[in-house]
Amino acid sequence: MEVITLQLFNGLSVSSILLLIALGLAITFGLMKVINMAHGELIMIGAYSTYLTQNIFNDYLPKSMFDWYFALSIPVSFLIAFLFGLILEMSLIRFLYGRPLDSLLATWGVGLVLQQLARSIFGAPNVAVTSPSWLDGGVTFLGAVLPYKRLFIIGLVALTLLAMYFYIYRSLEGRRMRAVMQNRDMAACLGVSTRRVDAMTFAIGSGIGGIAGCALTLLGPIGPSLGTYYIVDAFMVVVLGGVGKLVGTVLGALGIGVFNTMFEYWTNASLGKVLVFLCIVAFLQWRPMGFVAMRSRSLDS
Amino acid sequence: MKKKWFYQSGLVAVVLSLLLAACANNEEPASTTTESGSGAASGDVIKVGVLHSLSGTMAISEVSVRDAEMMAIEEINAAGGVLGKKIEAVQEDGASDWPTFAEKARKLISEDKVATVFGGWTSSSRKAMKPVFEELNGLLWYPVQYEGLEASPNIFYTGATTNQQIVPAVDWLLENRGKRFYLLGSDYVFPRTANLIIKEQLKAKGGEMVGEEYTPLGHTDYSTIISKIKEAKPDVVFNTLNGDSNVAFFKQLKDAGISAQDITTLSVSVAEEEIRGIGVDVLQGHLAAWNYYQTTDTPANKTFVENYKKKYGEDRVTADPIEAGYTAVYLWKAAVEKAGSTDVDKVKAAAKDLEWDAPEGKVKIDGENQHIYKTVRIGEVQSDGQFKELWNSGDAVMPDPFLKGYDWAASIKPTD
Repeated sequence: MEVITLQLFNGLSVSSILLLIALGLAITFGLMKVINMAHGELIMIGAYSTYLTQNIFNDYLPKSMFDWYFALSIPVSFLIAFLFGLILEMSLIRFLYGRPLDSLLATWGVGLVLQQLARSIFGAPNVAVTSPSWLDGGVTFLGAVLPYKRLFIIGLVALTLLAMYFYIYRSLEGRRMRAVMQNRDMAACLGVSTRRVDAMTFAIGSGIGGIAGCALTLLGPIGPSLGTYYIVDAFMVVVLGGVGKLVGTVLGALGIGVFNTMFEYWTNASLGKVLVFLCIVAFLQWRPMGFVAMRSRSLDS
Repeated sequence: MKKKWFYQSGLVAVVLSLLLAACANNEEPASTTTESGSGAASGDVIKVGVLHSLSGTMAISEVSVRDAEMMAIEEINAAGGVLGKKIEAVQEDGASDWPTFAEKARKLISEDKVATVFGGWTSSSRKAMKPVFEELNGLLWYPVQYEGLEASPNIFYTGATTNQQIVPAVDWLLENRGKRFYLLGSDYVFPRTANLIIKEQLKAKGGEMVGEEYTPLGHTDYSTIISKIKEAKPDVVFNTLNGDSNVAFFKQLKDAGISAQDITTLSVSVAEEEIRGIGVDVLQGHLAAWNYYQTTDTPANKTFVENYKKKYGEDRVTADPIEAGYTAVYLWKAAVEKAGSTDVDKVKAAAKDLEWDAPEGKVKIDGENQHIYKTVRIGEVQSDGQFKELWNSGDAVMPDPFLKGYDWAASIKPTD
């Protein structure tokens, strides 16, 4: 019983991590159609931002405040990754809209540059982030220990998702964003500054990548090549979910997370991953558009 | 039409990113830098190669070994060099990519005409370089503990072989921590061979293997494996994970409520350098088996640690492979001086039974298999990120890469 509870929880937890790393990409790749190979490095930037916040708290603030650095590091990671995204969009991506293969190569290059930049600034070895003490330990549920950190990440994903939903579907900015993504010419005719909307959208996607990086410091390594461990999964989730819809991304993450945990439990880590990939390939044969396909005229043109 | 093409390019992106992850970013062009590059004719200097991954996933570990080797070379030059000549280091970047290691090794021997090469970390990089050194009769000093079952006439191994690290560690664990072992490792040649040996040893000594798991390099989610470990209820987790996976594993192990008091883990790839990246709070109390710790108490080590920190910064730490790389340079120097030449065959002959007071204690080159005698040490991680030695073998242990001296290992055959 304990094992079943634990594995169900693990499946949910892995899904939430996948969703978090894929959410930003769902915007930059899913909505904007930019194949952003540097997304992993934006996650890395978020992780290093957390590391820096921690160091500042360590050096300049009283010990009793230390535990609260993490609460601050989430918006800080978002902001720094947001700024990087903004600069990236204005200096490079904007010239490559509608040229997926070119942007693929260009962003890959950007990714490598960012990795080397991190290596030059922080050094090649991993750095350590001490997780706040209020996230240590876990709650016992039906005999299984559910770590607070994983619960926290599930909560963080839910909040991020909610915030994105309100921004995209309930705010004026979001309406403009959707208008531009669905029919750029029409939106421009109606007075929407498409250039500004593009920049904002890309920067928000990047910022969410930063939040993912912040959360991942709780569970994984923090080093220059951090992004490469997650980028494949991020693309998998978005492609499987179907580009253009948040719901698809959520379903994609849940599918991969739950099946991966199940397969890994029954077989082993390597084979589990292979089986998941096989399932994805089979699924995409059957539904090439992923779980949820967006239908819009502008995509066909 | 365009739509279809778009989805295809999405798949291309996935494939490309897979490639990117699979070859662990061998992206960077290798850079060649020469120290003291006076462009002098080979009359006044002796060229040596330093070949480590300065980029890619292994840079995390190998850069420090390169630093230690460069420090040794500088020290030797400051003290007058070898045979009255200065040493000139030719640095190459193996870029964490095994074919690149072979290619760069060939370049160093054929084009730069180096007297010897110090380099490598992963077994895969060593196995890639081995045929090159054997073909061109070059000389390689390999500084990292490895899975044994090898003795190339063109390689000196200054890291531990299995009977100087893994075998005594398993013996110690069986005696002090319990009989039920869970084997966890990264999915490549070192962990698989190491576990092959451990399984035979457990069978012979009355231990029991309750689980065996391998994860791909760079694996970051250990929740399922930790559930399996919980179910298996082992006394000991013998950890042969390598690289970044260790960070994820230990962080998540602590989150799952398993501390060093509940289950002992003994790692063979976690040293002082790695502790800094994983975090002391999650590693405290866990064990490691090495031949050297920064805290090892010898006069040579005191100077070594001091100089290393002075040169590279107070916050840097020394560790086993770093020390082994440093030792390799001095052993080569001693052999060259004894031989009176840098000729590979003469150096090899002179290296036989050569002794040196290394930071880890007295080491001696075994003439037959070209490994070195090393003292085995088991240490526990302390709150300051350093190890406390719990046990050592006393004398330096004779290297036995093919485990000929162990009856239970009779069925273990070299892999190539």
